[in-house]
Amino acid sequence: MSQPDIVALREYLGPELKDRTISDARHTVSLTDIIQYSCLTGRSCDLSGRSVLLATSGQLLSALAMIELDGIARRLLLCPPDLDWDRLQVLLEQADIDTIVTDRPLHRSSAGKYIVIGVDLPERPAMGSEVDRATEWLMLTSGTSGLPKIVRHTLDGLAGAIIAEGPARNRNATWATFYDIRRYGGLQIFLRAVIGGGSMVLSEPGEAVAAHVARLRAGGVTHISGTPSHWRKLLMSGASANFSPDYVRLSGEIADQAVLDGLAGAFPRASIGHAYASTEAGVVFSVDDGREGFPAHLIGQSHTGVEMKVVDGSLRIRSRRTARSYVGTDAPPLADTEGFVDTGDMVELRGERYHFVGRRGGIINIGGLKVHPEEVEAVINRHASVQMSRARSRRSPITGAIVVADVILANGTDAERHETIRTEILGRCKDCLAAWKVPAVIRFVERLDVTAAGKLARADA
Amino acid sequence: MSVKSKIFSAMKQIAEEQKVTLPPLEDDLSLNETGFDSLAFAILVARLEDEVGVDPFTVAEDAAFPSTLGEFVRAYENVPA
Repeated sequence: MSQPDIVALREYLGPELKDRTISDARHTVSLTDIIQYSCLTGRSCDLSGRSVLLATSGQLLSALAMIELDGIARRLLLCPPDLDWDRLQVLLEQADIDTIVTDRPLHRSSAGKYIVIGVDLPERPAMGSEVDRATEWLMLTSGTSGLPKIVRHTLDGLAGAIIAEGPARNRNATWATFYDIRRYGGLQIFLRAVIGGGSMVLSEPGEAVAAHVARLRAGGVTHISGTPSHWRKLLMSGASANFSPDYVRLSGEIADQAVLDGLAGAFPRASIGHAYASTEAGVVFSVDDGREGFPAHLIGQSHTGVEMKVVDGSLRIRSRRTARSYVGTDAPPLADTEGFVDTGDMVELRGERYHFVGRRGGIINIGGLKVHPEEVEAVINRHASVQMSRARSRRSPITGAIVVADVILANGTDAERHETIRTEILGRCKDCLAAWKVPAVIRFVERLDVTAAGKLARADA
Repeated sequence: MSVKSKIFSAMKQIAEEQKVTLPPLEDDLSLNETGFDSLAFAILVARLEDEVGVDPFTVAEDAAFPSTLGEFVRAYENVPA
């Protein structure tokens, strides 16, 4: 029996909206009649009530399986592409997985342990399974070291911000993201495309920026999202010249004024918003006024059902969009006794606006004085010749640590100007920052690593 | 350029950045009298490590930090680069 109060993803894919597609670099799949077809292959099996790991080589098959299995499976664990088998095996135990949906050959040790179902482009008629439950969506945190945590969401919570904006807002949009949709930031964009009645162009790992932008243009992308690091990379590439989206969104890292201004210059037609969200805290808010930070009046009860407070400098969130819990034996509580999730993101009130200053765990301690690398980077990035920077800790026999900075200069910067630029950057840092926060050494580098989750790689984070 | 002149040149640069007036740089000048605070010395040691490839105060765990400019320079001269 179908339960009327459960809305599954497939219910946003009615036949009344024509010409909806989802594509990657090789395939384009129509979303208009997708629910009449199945992407599952091989041993035909009802996945109703199953706890499923979704482990596909590319994003497209994951997207199709998410649509097919939401409302059917008990659990859906989204596996990002870079997870090795040893770590995955531990996570499968913790998540109580009994079924694996994959297009890859499985590791020997999994034989017999799980039901394995193949997945391919949707060319077989659907079995017509009925939506009879609210599937638990399990995602992995994007922590850089150790085993990721498993976070449990519901579609209702994941889509909270999208539903709150109203269905009409981005109708007929074609969405794209630099993220992988098997991570929180990318999944948000996939859900925006599906729930909002739009289409989507997926990213491809390792694809050159120019080729990616060519696909975005060919696919008619109107709405696009990425981290500030993704966007800086695009701005540096010069490939943005012929691309003209309506909406540009940043999330996942601090959007500083330099990157917001850079995007406003590169995309004069676009509205530019930076969103604050995390795998655990869900989507909290987005800011569309083109300025870094967020208005102080957002703190406290909000009409969108998201409550924010600042305790000991870090932002705490209570809302129906936060994850429900961590999953696994001995999983720590996700929220405090009042239901607030501590984001670990440190904020500072300056005038009428809160500014993000960095992660609690990323603080550099210089002889007892503290600095967030992000606040140093925000100052350095304001220099017109700087494309991107990373401040980091370097050990010191005298103060324990000092701040040093690695800087990427704009293409075509004359090498003879390096010393002048170095002096100018140091001068700005001295004007804006306390003495111990000024980088002791500034190195000019060709590139800075970005993690699989699209964030600037920080060895000490 | 000798290690000693590299050290002096880095010190002058930092003194300029930190708005510190350096006294004449002589071997028996006490490091306290240079006007450098611990942050300025931390910057100096970091930059010298980049320039001469060694940080003598981290290499030897038990190294006592020098008290005069002459001792400071010798710490660098005595480490095989």
